Amino acid sequence: MEIDPFIFRLSIFILSIFIGYYVVWSVTPSLHTPLMSVTNAISSVIIVGAIIAALAGSSENIFNTSSTFGFIAIILAAINIFGGFLVTQRMLQMYKKKKGKK
Amino acid sequence: MISANLSAVFYLISGILFILALRGLSSPDTSRQGNYFGIAGMVIAIIVTFLSVGNFSTSLIYVIIFLVIGGAIGAFIAFKIPMTAMPELVAGFHSLVGLAAVFVAIAAYLNPEAFNLGTTSNIKLASLIEMSIGAAVGAITFSGSIIAFLKLRGIMSGSPITFKGQHFLNLILGIGIFVLIFYLCKTQLDNIFWTLIAISFLVGILLIIPIGGADMPVVISMLNSYSGWAAAGIGFTLENTALIITGALVGSSGAILSYIMCKAMNRSFVSVILGGFGADNSSDDKKDKEDQKPVKSGNAEDAAFLMKNASSVIIVPGYGMAVAQAQHALREMVDKLKKNDIKVTYAIHPVAGRMPGHMNVLLAEANVPYDEVFELEDINNDFANSDVAFVIGANDVTNPVAKTDPKSPIFGMPVLDVEKCKSVLFVKRSLSPGYAGIDNELFYKDNTLMLFADAKKMTEDIVKNLD
Repeated sequence: MEIDPFIFRLSIFILSIFIGYYVVWSVTPSLHTPLMSVTNAISSVIIVGAIIAALAGSSENIFNTSSTFGFIAIILAAINIFGGFLVTQRMLQMYKKKKGKK
Repeated sequence: MISANLSAVFYLISGILFILALRGLSSPDTSRQGNYFGIAGMVIAIIVTFLSVGNFSTSLIYVIIFLVIGGAIGAFIAFKIPMTAMPELVAGFHSLVGLAAVFVAIAAYLNPEAFNLGTTSNIKLASLIEMSIGAAVGAITFSGSIIAFLKLRGIMSGSPITFKGQHFLNLILGIGIFVLIFYLCKTQLDNIFWTLIAISFLVGILLIIPIGGADMPVVISMLNSYSGWAAAGIGFTLENTALIITGALVGSSGAILSYIMCKAMNRSFVSVILGGFGADNSSDDKKDKEDQKPVKSGNAEDAAFLMKNASSVIIVPGYGMAVAQAQHALREMVDKLKKNDIKVTYAIHPVAGRMPGHMNVLLAEANVPYDEVFELEDINNDFANSDVAFVIGANDVTNPVAKTDPKSPIFGMPVLDVEKCKSVLFVKRSLSPGYAGIDNELFYKDNTLMLFADAKKMTEDIVKNLD
């Protein structure tokens, strides 16, 4: 009998939770704020779904109901991606400067 | 157009890059490289999506336009936001992830063909369950984060809002969500799907309003976790590995942070969620007591004198420092002290501020080297051997009552042993109790000198007096 592909995805999911568990425990507490902003940025990979939805509109009707939701989701996710990564970078940059000065 | 197998491999690669992005944060030195890994992972995921859809019609142009608009807004926010506003920024960003998850789920529900999930009103059962969960969790994340944002921003009062039967109502609504998902799977009626989303929005609001200001570190971490689970739910719907991996990473990351924050307050996660902490204000009663107990108060001159004659000073920053934006003045003061060969270190309680690591970022902004900043367990033994503790904007996390009075609401919470210092300087605007609504015994100790002023102003005055 064949294994349902869902089970494979579930396996990836469960294993990733374990990876997340061990990786996050090793994050130094002083970087917990950048951790939150970067997790924010990467969870916006949901933009993948938004792009698929947006591109599904027909050529006569680019903005049908479904693709419009996709387009709005693209904006929301893009704000998060750029905002999240850039603000993380800005914070991490501050952790560098001092080292150089000392 | 690339094959589904090839794009799956690329999504896996971007998932691995996201893992490396988090891994980089284990030390400030590797963190920037980690962030680049994260960006690379995102770029790969987006490009692969374009290639796998392979629709290069006018829609693509619009997609890029919307991407640029969102990107420009995000970049603008990222460069403009002051570091003291990080908690509300993160809460705001969480709400966007939540809403994006809801919209993607709606789009998939309305046009399942585009996602290979079956046809309209005849969506595969598994996909339907996954997208309902993604939409419900996303909606809770969205409205919950909005409330958290309003509270952190001060637009909405930070005090808990409670009413009779609140928990019962939440329970009913929570069960309602599951019942609706069940009926949605049976009937595939549009109205059930919309009701499900509406109720989830409501649950998000009801879940966060009873939680007070100082529990915000837990709330933000929890919403961080939710945004991850929402993304994972959508990831299952889209059968996308990058989303599943990321959702799991973010979900567990937020859960761990919530756990750390709860432990630092010696409170169970359940009691934080149920909320209402610090709600009963018996402040009149407290005022009377304060009047009776003697407090030594001093001015900037006294403080400067004390510190000048010390050989080691420990700084204890808290939320008050963030409110007063006193971190730069503080750094100036420390520079002056260091010139006089005084050893200065910083002690940070895990829940100081309004989000995990809040104080560290503010100190980093003021160019404080991170090797001078210590966590609670690393520095707590040093207080006994230090001359001066300079408490600026912290309160409950220094209260010795947590160690001595089993009846106190904060009993058992790990606190900084500030009172063991030879002398304590406590910068505070008034004697009012902290967030927990309890008096701080530290105010009345013989070796405590209260400095009643705005944190920034007081620090600046001390700097002047150090010359």
